[in-house]
Amino acid sequence: MRAIHRVRRAGPLAITAIVCIALYVAAGILEPDFFSMSIVAGFLSNHAVFLIVAVGMTFVILSGGIDLSVGATAACASIALACLIERSSWNPAFAILFVLAGGVLIGGCMGGLIHSCRLPPFIVTLGGMFIARGLAFTISRESVSIHEPMYEQIYDLPASVLRAFGVNDATAERIGFLLPTASVIAIAAFLAALVMLMRTRFGRNVYAIGGSEQSAILMGVPAASTKIAVYAISGGCAALAGVVHTLSLFSGDPSSHVMLELDSIAAVVIGGTLLSGGIGSVVGTLLGVTIFAIIETWITMREGLNSAWTRIIVGTLLLAFILLQRALVRRK
Amino acid sequence: MRSVVAMSRSFGVTMDSRVAWPFAALVALLVFNLVFSSDFLTFQVRDGRLYGGLVDIFENAAPLILVAAGVAIVIGTGGIDLSVGSVMAISGTVAAGMIARPEYSVFNNVGFGGSILPAISLAIVTAGIAGLLNGTLVGILGVQPLMATLVLMVAGRGVAQLLSDGQIITFREPAMDFLGSGAWLGLPVAIWISLCGVVFVAVIVRVTAIGFLAEAIGDNRTAAALSGVPVRPLVMFAYVITGLLAGVAGILVVCDIGAADSIRAGRDKELDAILAVVLGGTTLSGGRFSILGAVIGALLIQTLTTTILAQGIVEDSARLVKGGVVIAICLLQSDRFRSGVTRAWKWRRSSTS
Amino acid sequence: MEGQLTAPGAESGDMVQPLLEARGIIKQYPGVTALNRVDFDLRAGEIHALMGENGAGKTTLIRILTGATAPHAGTVRLDGKLVRMRSPAEAQAFGIATVYQEIDLIPYLSVAENLLLGRQPMRWGLIRGRDLRRRARQALARLGLNIDVESPVHSLSIAMQQMVAIARALDGSARILVLDEPTSSLDSADTARLFSLLRELKSRGLGIIFITHFIDQVFAISDRISILRNGLGVGCHETNRLTRLKLVSLMLGRDMRAAPETSLPPRTVRVDGERSILEAKRMGREGAIAPFDLVLGRGEVVGLAGLLGSGRSEAVRLIFGADRAQCGEIRMHGRPIRRPSPRRSLRAGVGFVPEDRKQQALAPNLSVEENLILAVQARRGVLRRLGRADRRKLFADYVRVLGIVAPGPRTPIRLLSGGNQQKVILARWLATQPEIMILDEPTRGIDIGAKAEVERIMAGLRERGLSMLFISSELDEIVRDSTRILVLRDRRIIGELESAAATPERIMEKIAGVEAS
Repeated sequence: MRAIHRVRRAGPLAITAIVCIALYVAAGILEPDFFSMSIVAGFLSNHAVFLIVAVGMTFVILSGGIDLSVGATAACASIALACLIERSSWNPAFAILFVLAGGVLIGGCMGGLIHSCRLPPFIVTLGGMFIARGLAFTISRESVSIHEPMYEQIYDLPASVLRAFGVNDATAERIGFLLPTASVIAIAAFLAALVMLMRTRFGRNVYAIGGSEQSAILMGVPAASTKIAVYAISGGCAALAGVVHTLSLFSGDPSSHVMLELDSIAAVVIGGTLLSGGIGSVVGTLLGVTIFAIIETWITMREGLNSAWTRIIVGTLLLAFILLQRALVRRK
Repeated sequence: MRSVVAMSRSFGVTMDSRVAWPFAALVALLVFNLVFSSDFLTFQVRDGRLYGGLVDIFENAAPLILVAAGVAIVIGTGGIDLSVGSVMAISGTVAAGMIARPEYSVFNNVGFGGSILPAISLAIVTAGIAGLLNGTLVGILGVQPLMATLVLMVAGRGVAQLLSDGQIITFREPAMDFLGSGAWLGLPVAIWISLCGVVFVAVIVRVTAIGFLAEAIGDNRTAAALSGVPVRPLVMFAYVITGLLAGVAGILVVCDIGAADSIRAGRDKELDAILAVVLGGTTLSGGRFSILGAVIGALLIQTLTTTILAQGIVEDSARLVKGGVVIAICLLQSDRFRSGVTRAWKWRRSSTS
Repeated sequence: MEGQLTAPGAESGDMVQPLLEARGIIKQYPGVTALNRVDFDLRAGEIHALMGENGAGKTTLIRILTGATAPHAGTVRLDGKLVRMRSPAEAQAFGIATVYQEIDLIPYLSVAENLLLGRQPMRWGLIRGRDLRRRARQALARLGLNIDVESPVHSLSIAMQQMVAIARALDGSARILVLDEPTSSLDSADTARLFSLLRELKSRGLGIIFITHFIDQVFAISDRISILRNGLGVGCHETNRLTRLKLVSLMLGRDMRAAPETSLPPRTVRVDGERSILEAKRMGREGAIAPFDLVLGRGEVVGLAGLLGSGRSEAVRLIFGADRAQCGEIRMHGRPIRRPSPRRSLRAGVGFVPEDRKQQALAPNLSVEENLILAVQARRGVLRRLGRADRRKLFADYVRVLGIVAPGPRTPIRLLSGGNQQKVILARWLATQPEIMILDEPTRGIDIGAKAEVERIMAGLRERGLSMLFISSELDEIVRDSTRILVLRDRRIIGELESAAATPERIMEKIAGVEAS
């Protein structure tokens, strides 16, 4: 009985999963290299930043809002971190914590404004995006490289941990290559979000507010704190993404991650989450990100193709899913 | 505020007091410039053409003015259009491609083209089709405007990149040059085009009943529908016109720099346009909209950017100020915020007395 | 004596203290007294129905009893102890559980999650799915319900959703259950199921307040009935001592306060012309109105009488084309109108003043003038804008004819009083020179003086040969202004009266279902 419901409820998710698998298989048929472990691992490691941001965005969209500031916040976080470490000689650990706290705080402020003054999330987060981007460029006009030795260690963390557990050196090296710190963090963020959304009161409150804010309030759900929290989480995830950016590229870049917010919104919607909120899951977001990754990786591998096709295919998928959602909602 | 409104009334222009705020802000900024940059307000005539700070602002703001006018109508019907930036990129790419016909692009194989008229026409038609797509999604299929225009925003830039094979298409075409940096009757052509475009649209919208009925739709869609207003065609119209205006704007941009950069063209323009409209006194929820307000808002944004640049702050940091201004304006427009502030003010006064 | 709803406790020999007792409740809003010294009491183990038309004060009384708002005067006692409830949460803490008409559940979440939202069982900071489902099943079982707790709420029928809402409300130590229009969307089978649940709860000592407008149901389930009219309590009776007719007359009877001063011409009106202008055949829509026939001749005013929820608005909306009919057809002047829509109706010369002014008629931020000319402009088309001179003339004409009080043509309409807003909406349609006007509760929510004016306007229109479909809850109005009356009950037309033979009493009889010869 439970299984039936799980299956039925996962309708849109199932469609996304099917599309994902189909795309993967199709890509693999056209490009046999696709079926290799390193490519699959590459999905995650090349898109760790994307996944983290999309996970944060899922919270916001589920609650019925939207956050346009995440790309700018990620860029700002990355450059702030780079400058703190390189130019102000901060301890990397403190710097990371500081940047994360900043992201959470800014997100929380936006959430507060949105809720208390009933401002449209679109505009407030748009302003936040401008501010974050401006802040990033004010901190530094160009990208800044990080030469901090601790960073090397962090980058090498998975391999080191495995070695410490007595794993063969070569194997540890290989696994460390496939699963760098960035990927580990991304997976951790995903899992944390999954647990939070599915198994905590807060997570269920997020769904409630997105599903029907009026009913939720009448049922006693604390709307204010929930809404502020989702934006704080999104901001925190964006900051985390910026941190991961520095970990992968050993630099911070204020001009990076333009359009990241749109891409993550697209991934969330393709993943089966309604833009109006209340329905969806991070699992869907993961699938959406994977679809993105498959498309982009494949296009990169095919020399002849313009990278613009990624945008077009994603846009078309997005359209298809939006129309699908509309048809489903109409039936209900 | 009332004196400003009264003054403008004497000019035969009836300005809503909501437009007065951004107008006042604009004037304030100009005064600021006047004070801090001595030659800002000077005009020079050279080779039969006007030069000066104000002229520059207007010229640079031309594309935004065009787009903001269209977005104002869309917001008036209760919708929104995120795709204008991408549509600008597409239109610019089509125009440039048709003129330059680079081998790597798809334009090489197109039958006609070469001179500017077919190129520009095709570009504008393409933009119009984009608007039609938006209008169909929103007006006929009933998709939420945010989502519907998001699709084109994401995919559109890809289309532009595809058409140009990811390269920047440059061209040398004196006619286009003229459009971009030439002058006519002393003023830059760009200013003329944007003015004509806006006036044309404003006339269509206000001389016919389109504007009024669109406002009714935005104010209470059910009431409008029950009163016999043709909702679907009007919504469709709003998006198509916005697409067309974005098309013209895209061409202006391309003419200005002599190249079509599909990646950077029109970036942030949709957000700037929405900002311009909101600054100009139109609320995001729809209803009464003001094209004049949108124009003033666009000029305000451009002046803000210019002012900040003139003070030596980098353009990218100007975004910081823009963001603050956005949120500040929103707060001021929010009833809840205003009532909260007045209550806090009264409480403070009563507790200190 | 009217105004006193004191339970006749002595008569039934019942000396038990009431569970809930409200005395002398007064609640005022700007310009209107919603509740005027109303008393109400509820005993344990009884089902007490609260009835009254829209605007009678039911909702306000319930909001006070459930802590959503506070009275300006009066007391509320629970078990004899004075209480002051400042929020719904406090009321809940006192044991008052409320289920509103709009089912307040989260549609996409499962039954179990809805039942325990905010109080899910946890372990180590995480929700225990198994315990959640177990607790949910227990809560449902307590009501004798066997619903799959994993199914999403939106997949349940409305009746089942309501059961879930009740289960959530009762999960805990509730002693009073307030149900606001629980059967509006239920069919007879679901209603029967709900009622057996309520009887079960009653036998456990719960006190149940049941707000409804369905007469049959009230007689089937309630022990006592309290009726409100225009903010006054007009009676509290044991159900088995009340006749249907008396109930209907209490609900719709003449208001003891000043009746509107009107000097309208007598009821007999000539009906001009043989051919019908409008003919609707077997038009219907599931859940809204059963297939009906309606004929309207030139100069006729057909009044639709019935209680709230009888389907009157739904019927006229079908005729106007505001909703799509699932069966039947409509003809004007003998010609069929395919796929009626507001635009087609406008073109055909039909006007419609909706019941819900705020949501469906007013463009609140647009000016009075703009609201007035909206339909005229819509009919003229999108290109030919009405000139300023024409607009001003229309405005001036209708301001004069209808007596609209507005600071100026450009005042936003939301600043006008309700009565004046209504006149503007009337003007909107009259300006299109229609042949037929559909008026849904045109005098609702406006003050007595404006009511009289609107009636006068209607009489004038009638004199000039305009045909009208007219809905009102005030039977006096219906009788005065109609040439023919259709009576509706429970979403179907059940009878027809010619104006000459119509009296409010006869209409009430028809509604109540008892014919006096």
